[in-house]
Amino acid sequence: MSKLYSGAEIVFKCLEDQNVEFIFGYPGGAVLPIYDELKNFNSVKHILVRHEQGAGHAAEGYARSSGKPGVLLVTSGPGATNAVTALTDAYMDSVPLVCISGQVPTHLIGTDAFQECDTTGITRPCTKHNWLVKDVKDLEKTIHKAFEVATTGRPGPVLVDIPKDVQFQKTNYTKFKKQKSLNGKVNSQFTQKDIDELIKLMSKASKPIFYTGGGVINSGPKASELLRELVNTTGFPITSTLQGLGSYPGEDSQFLGMLGMHGSYEANNAMHDCDLMINIGARFDDRITGKIDEFSPKSKKVHIDIDPSSINKNVKVDLPIVGDVTEVITSTIKTIKKVKPNFAKSNKQQISKWWQQIQKWRSINSFDFVNSTETIKPQYAVQRLYELTKNKDTYITTEVGQHQMWAAQHYKFDKPNRWMTSGGLGTMGYGLPAAVGVQVAHPNKLVIDIAGEASVLMTMQEMSTAVQYSLPIKIFILNNEYMGMVRQWQELLHDKNYSESYTAALPDFVKLAEAYGCVGIRAETPGELDDKIIEMINTDRPVIFDCRVDKQENCFPMIPSGKPHNQMLLGPKDQKENKITGKGKTLV
Amino acid sequence: MVKAKSAYSIPGKQGKLDTHIIVVWVDNEAGVLARVVGLFSGRGYNIESLAVAEIDPKLNISRITIVTTGTPQVIEQIKLQLKKLVPVHKVADFKREDKKVIFKEMALFKIVGSQSKKESALKACKKYNAIILDKSNKSYVIQITALRREIDLMSKNLKKFGLVSVSRTGAVAMTRGAEVFK
Repeated sequence: MSKLYSGAEIVFKCLEDQNVEFIFGYPGGAVLPIYDELKNFNSVKHILVRHEQGAGHAAEGYARSSGKPGVLLVTSGPGATNAVTALTDAYMDSVPLVCISGQVPTHLIGTDAFQECDTTGITRPCTKHNWLVKDVKDLEKTIHKAFEVATTGRPGPVLVDIPKDVQFQKTNYTKFKKQKSLNGKVNSQFTQKDIDELIKLMSKASKPIFYTGGGVINSGPKASELLRELVNTTGFPITSTLQGLGSYPGEDSQFLGMLGMHGSYEANNAMHDCDLMINIGARFDDRITGKIDEFSPKSKKVHIDIDPSSINKNVKVDLPIVGDVTEVITSTIKTIKKVKPNFAKSNKQQISKWWQQIQKWRSINSFDFVNSTETIKPQYAVQRLYELTKNKDTYITTEVGQHQMWAAQHYKFDKPNRWMTSGGLGTMGYGLPAAVGVQVAHPNKLVIDIAGEASVLMTMQEMSTAVQYSLPIKIFILNNEYMGMVRQWQELLHDKNYSESYTAALPDFVKLAEAYGCVGIRAETPGELDDKIIEMINTDRPVIFDCRVDKQENCFPMIPSGKPHNQMLLGPKDQKENKITGKGKTLV
Repeated sequence: MVKAKSAYSIPGKQGKLDTHIIVVWVDNEAGVLARVVGLFSGRGYNIESLAVAEIDPKLNISRITIVTTGTPQVIEQIKLQLKKLVPVHKVADFKREDKKVIFKEMALFKIVGSQSKKESALKACKKYNAIILDKSNKSYVIQITALRREIDLMSKNLKKFGLVSVSRTGAVAMTRGAEVFK
């Protein structure tokens, strides 16, 4: 008879077979049997966080920067509910996570037992799928299925809830063989006809644009390489969503910068005026489209996405292509080479006027700001940070708010998987734990969380995790003492009634750093900024960098409420300032 | 100064609403109905009626029939979102007006009153495959199978014959002819 394994052992056998190296977690009553087995499985290293939300975001950072699924382990009740924000965040941004949660023993389920909650009920809307395992015989199958669901098709979070008695029960374990056949939820439905149609549209277009998103990154590093080839072959301009940054080099001349609410003037105007929009792995989010009735009125729209439900959800498209980005671009390039080997040359004339127009928009220089010699402008801080770290293959995470947009505008990415930010859910407190996860995946790389002082305080406790595991993450706080984006909206839309957006009592971040056992650095003038940033980079320990920036600075350009893409609000240098009034105030 | 006419949060033009019958084949496992219903409530779709039962005990397959209203875009989203659920095998969608599909609902009526009223009630129900399930001196329990609007009408018309209680199911659907939905 073969050896019998307990449920807790099976959890680790499965993790081993899935090549999981790190799990992020926090122990508690209902997962103690699993924690007890940790010592017997050396290939799986556990990172002890300080809050389950931190475990979730760390797993997200790990997943996004490595391309592998992130795994977290939490206890029942509060352990599971604390993880909900991170699961929802991963669901919105399509990050593969496997959350293993403990549950009260099966005979206590439904009795309002201590630390009991309906975990599968609570997490049903924020996971791709979840399971309550009531019989140890189902455990192995379920965990492997969980990894499959999380990582195939459009990636996302899953949860496996394991009652404590199931963790003790024993059964057989059969070595896992990765199967080729997938769960039927994977969709590469496109045909050569679709590709031919796409190329027909491309050769006819005189004002084309590529609009690319996180799907390119999720499709793997190969997709980014192919995208570069496709963009070069066609000579078309390209813009990217917040999540897609890095899939195309940020400093390339064909790149128009990020689009959307705080995107560049040229990207948004090009989106509005184009006659062919090729969406690759983006989802027509409301921060991108602005007023939907006036979104890119004259264009033919092509949408390449692995998730069929993304097609025609917000914007009706003319040519949907359902499939993995890598596969679709591969076919497209192959067909172009076969049918139109001189595509770029024959096309150059046709789109030359379009490029002239784009250069005109570009000359507005919409990310520009009025610099100062007395106070540090936040944009300047990000620019300096970029200049001083760009040759180091740096990984950047962010929190949510003005600093996030400035980071997206002024930090240029050259490679995929280097940029981790909470776009869909907009979770303040994402960046610090995400940086922990990134550093775990890349121990020898420079990992920086560009943060705001309000966001970072939401998950500040994870500094303690960074210190425990000697993870030299850098927390670069653009400290303006305000919830900056809230303040900006109050200034523009609520007659400068700064209701509760000022934090009147903030910790001394340098002392806070010291209290955690890491290094605190403060910069207060533009003159000392460079030296302090270099000091931070050269510190081989976790750093909290308190960068005191201008308190009044606003994030521009901006598409104001209820306006289409071609009516952007530019910065203080803009003469034709238009104000937002009336109904526009109700925007979210 | 130009006044902004709308905002990010203001919806676009609403299209025409159609009634559709969506049939979903699912694994009969714990929580599967909650997944389907939760998808509808979470995304703001409408459920007019719902019928669900296991149809294949060997393969553990249940068939869920949902009557819903929505714009063509919303109906399309409902189908695509349902197909993404792991326990969902296939999704069929029929317009209520579709002549190739049979829709039926069942209703039970309890009639309390004199013999003549009970008989009148039974007579009124005749064309809807009426069956008397229970008889007493004072009452009938009558079962009919019909379309939604016919049952609506009957529930109204039977009041004068002593209708005291109505119980009805959601619609179930099946295609006409030899073909089955794949």
